Amino acid sequence: MVYVVSLIAGLLFGVGMVISGMVLPDKVLAFLDIAGEWDMSLAFVMGGALGVFAPCYWWLIKPRGKAINDQAVNANSNLQVDSRLIIGASLFGIGWGVAGICPGPAFASLSAMNPGLLIFIAFMLVGFLLAPVINRQIK
Amino acid sequence: MEIPWLALLGGALLGASASLLLLFSGQVAGISGIASRLLRRTQADKAWRIIFLAAMVLGGAVAANTLNLAIPTEYDAPYWLLAIAGLLVGLGTAIGNGCTSGHGICGMGRGSVRSIVATGTFMLVAALTVFIIRHLL
Repeated sequence: MVYVVSLIAGLLFGVGMVISGMVLPDKVLAFLDIAGEWDMSLAFVMGGALGVFAPCYWWLIKPRGKAINDQAVNANSNLQVDSRLIIGASLFGIGWGVAGICPGPAFASLSAMNPGLLIFIAFMLVGFLLAPVINRQIK
Repeated sequence: MEIPWLALLGGALLGASASLLLLFSGQVAGISGIASRLLRRTQADKAWRIIFLAAMVLGGAVAANTLNLAIPTEYDAPYWLLAIAGLLVGLGTAIGNGCTSGHGICGMGRGSVRSIVATGTFMLVAALTVFIIRHLL
């Protein structure tokens, strides 16, 4: 069942990324450019996502305490706001602001096989691999 | 003001996806986390991650082809800049344990202080980055 759920959830996520416009870097950058001609429509993506997820979590998932496959809900293991969180989020913010691409849209757009996107994803994977090395330097 | 219905609907689908994955499998639909853990040699549960990511690629292709919506076929940024952006996104999401989906949707939806701080930070830094590139340089 876990695999069927992954398939359905993955499909929904990919479709949602395209329908919402999150895959379009121009739109993402116009959303982030608050000093320019601000396009606030992507705020509605997060609004729509939280509008569905938050009630599902608080009314369905949290009261159950565990998932339907009996696994513990894999969340909330770390509660500390630490320097790794801030440094990581800041590095991600710079990368996101430079190109207007974050991990979700990168995978949802992969079928176009654009060489620029392939380069982005390849270096993102390099970043995943290098992160533990930098992590050790951060107290 | 006109309501951007497609943005709202697309967002709702992302929320539905994250709800399904957490409710049925107990997993967080954070794309950077799903992808980065595939690269760990010791990670045991790789199959569902591969299926999720492959389905995402397929979902994006299906939506683009059947609904007459666009996925980008070209990017304005030159290759070297896309490489730097990709590296920063990979490093940052792995060090900060999440991206727009994991912190922005799943974490904030659970009311996690960590995720609220992370989302506020990357939104602010991204907006600053765009401001510097578009209005100062």
